[in-house]
Amino acid sequence: MVEMATRTLPLSGFHGGSSAVRIEAAPPAGRISLRARAEDVAALSGALGLDLPVKPKTSVSGSGRTALWLGPDEWLVVGDLNGGLMQAAANAGVLHSATDVSHRNTAILVSGPGAAAAINAGCPQDLSLKAFPVGACARTIFGKVEIVLLRTAEEAFRVEVWRSFSDYAFGLLAEGARDAAFSL
Amino acid sequence: MLLIHCPYCEEDRSELEFRWAGEAHIARPENIAAISDEEFAEYFFLRNNEKGLTYERWRHIHGCGRFFNAARDTVSDKFLATYKAGMPKQPVPQTGASEKTVETYEATEGDAR
Ligand SMILES: [Zn+2]
Repeated sequence: MVEMATRTLPLSGFHGGSSAVRIEAAPPAGRISLRARAEDVAALSGALGLDLPVKPKTSVSGSGRTALWLGPDEWLVVGDLNGGLMQAAANAGVLHSATDVSHRNTAILVSGPGAAAAINAGCPQDLSLKAFPVGACARTIFGKVEIVLLRTAEEAFRVEVWRSFSDYAFGLLAEGARDAAFSL
Repeated sequence: MLLIHCPYCEEDRSELEFRWAGEAHIARPENIAAISDEEFAEYFFLRNNEKGLTYERWRHIHGCGRFFNAARDTVSDKFLATYKAGMPKQPVPQTGASEKTVETYEATEGDAR
């Protein structure tokens, strides 16, 4: 009899939210932490099938992947689980550093009219649409943990968080969601 | 909450995203093996700890991750200017933080207690 090891998502079974905010664990995803010099960005962009963003706080989607600007030479690229991100980066043939962080991070999807307010319960970013439009992203702080925040729609965010912090992040988001329901 | 302008993110961000990283513009000796113990202590341990205008390194650790330099008034805690790492010491805009005002702070220190 063969017993298969099954991988459980760090947040599987978690529930939270309020009348104003929906909070759910995102499905598993492939992720790489990518570092490269400016002169190698074009080759990596070609290999990944999207134009790596070079403007602060912006993201670019293409070929079923999303690249988030984290710093002047650093990106988080998110795609399908086993979507070949490492191989694609290697195919660029230019100097870079790519680390598979698919299972280091997990993600929480936050949506609804109170989504920004729920995140602002622990995050100091200005999440108005003017300062943080759809597609904007930033590595920032949420309560005591670091997150990478991406606005996927006017009332929807993806919160990327290290898996060992995800319990805390989910709990604080659930608190924020409850508060947001009162203020709307 | 203090807002700090990150020269790499090109916008003001909350102090919660930043970490202080010591005095700025301290050049590592060209040949560190050749200097005397006194010179090493001066380079490695001794800091000016200025009251008033001071130049510091800061890191946008929960943001772009970059180190940068900042001119800050240690009395008012006000950031007077920030600029990218590697740039020479930048003049600060006229703000009142100068040797002269530092003297004033000293003069009023007794009253403040
Ligand atoms: Zn920054």
